[in-house]
Amino acid sequence: MTQLALVIDLNVCVGCHACVTSCKQWNTSGAAGGLADLNPYGANPSGTFFNRVQTFEVGEFPNTQTVHFPKSCLHCEEPPCVPVCPTGASYKRETDGIVLVDYDKCIGCKYCSWACPYGAREFDEQRKVMTKCTLCVDRIYDSSIPEAQRKPSCVIACPAHARLFGDIHDPDSEVARAINERAGYQLMSEWGTSPANHYLPRRKMEIRIHPEDLERVDNPLKVDGQQPQAAHRIPAREDHST
Amino acid sequence: MKPAFSVILLTTLIGAGQGLFIALYLTELLLRPPAHLSAFLLAGDVAALGLTGLGLLASFFHLGHPERAWRAASQWRTSWLSREVIVLPAFMLAVALHGLAHLLDLPVTGAVGLIGVILALTLYICTAMIYASIRFLQEWATPLTVLNYTLLGLASGYTLATALAGALAPELVAAYALGATVFTAAGFVSRAASLLRNARLAPKSTMQSAIGIKHPHIAQQSQGFMGGAFNTSEFSHGVSAGVLRSVKWSFLLLVFPLPLLFMIGGLTAGSSTLLAAAFALQYLGLLAERWFFFAQARHPQNLYYQVTG
Repeated sequence: MTQLALVIDLNVCVGCHACVTSCKQWNTSGAAGGLADLNPYGANPSGTFFNRVQTFEVGEFPNTQTVHFPKSCLHCEEPPCVPVCPTGASYKRETDGIVLVDYDKCIGCKYCSWACPYGAREFDEQRKVMTKCTLCVDRIYDSSIPEAQRKPSCVIACPAHARLFGDIHDPDSEVARAINERAGYQLMSEWGTSPANHYLPRRKMEIRIHPEDLERVDNPLKVDGQQPQAAHRIPAREDHST
Repeated sequence: MKPAFSVILLTTLIGAGQGLFIALYLTELLLRPPAHLSAFLLAGDVAALGLTGLGLLASFFHLGHPERAWRAASQWRTSWLSREVIVLPAFMLAVALHGLAHLLDLPVTGAVGLIGVILALTLYICTAMIYASIRFLQEWATPLTVLNYTLLGLASGYTLATALAGALAPELVAAYALGATVFTAAGFVSRAASLLRNARLAPKSTMQSAIGIKHPHIAQQSQGFMGGAFNTSEFSHGVSAGVLRSVKWSFLLLVFPLPLLFMIGGLTAGSSTLLAAAFALQYLGLLAERWFFFAQARHPQNLYYQVTG
């Protein structure tokens, strides 16, 4: 069975919010209607977003790391929001594992948002229905756009290539290999929701320099003991700007 | 969680209605034939129907699309909310038929009443399981939630029955007052148990599990936006710890000891006004109790929304 998902590399994310704005742009322009922006230029604006980038500080000064953390619907393999829906508006697709809301069936009771531990669902105050990340289902199957662009909007927008998209059940896919080889993990695994979206952990970035890297042990100069001629003192051709 | 007043009204009103109907049915069962009580039982049915009807009406104000509410009956296989949506009108129908049988003096009141009682008890379970079945709202995810909804509903139903009997059928006042006392006392034990349990509850989700980084010091610097959002309004009660505490003590006084004192006063003085006041106080207390029930639940999603910026 296919399970489409995002894999987000926390080691790469720079927290630029490009995925947030591109998500908002794509999903507010779709056939399902705009994402509400209430009082956008007033004192207390609020609005519907499917994707947020949050920032956490890990560690104690001075040994701290800033972690930028994008969060959208995780498309759980055992989604707790689906069975609680009284109307069947909330469902998980058999074909690709995307968790979706049928906006024409949703009665806006908000029960599914209570049943999501991740806060991935946002009630749209204008459309009066529950909304959430669709993994750009209206884009990834659109055969009228070039195949390379048939990816969620956030994935294409990411300038750091921190977001990978694919079928995590296909062991040869880019996402499955990333999860396996780079210790991909799930959020709040204590609830048994088995989120499909995975996160790749931060990695220790360090350079190990051995003395041999700075000074070749097999340097021929050391073999025959001959030192090079004195350095050129007269400006040569390369010393003049052209 | 942010307490939704439509849901507070729904659960308290139908809880009292169900309790009242159970009280009426037991009267009928134990004091048969209840020929001279028929008018009182009919009045009780009308009151139970009125309460559940008001509750149903209140629930519509919780919905974004109330015109699609009929769809909510479709997922009874998996959703307790859907089950409640089916059982509540079924219970109301049983109450209406029970009242009709008394009005027309048909000999089916016992059978209809029994079905009504079964539906009333089922409805307590459905309503409470809506909350108790969400496993990560740990304050709710306990059998005590079902017990509380049932006992507090029965207590308010019996208190209302006492008040109604005080006005319409004085010979039943003592029996109903006894029932009200028993259920109020049992409700106190069960609600106090859940308060004690919740006070010692350690959240299963932590900052570490929320973002998957195993470090003892994690502090949010930004939730990703400056303005408001559904996530910052729906999942927090927005009042101070002091207000929360005073609501708790208010409902502990209003639901349990005060109605019993008023009831004793009403019984000894033979005053139906005091008996009615006992129900009014207890209902007011139950509104506070339900508000506190919602406010006390800590949703794990709040871990992601701690710092504006």
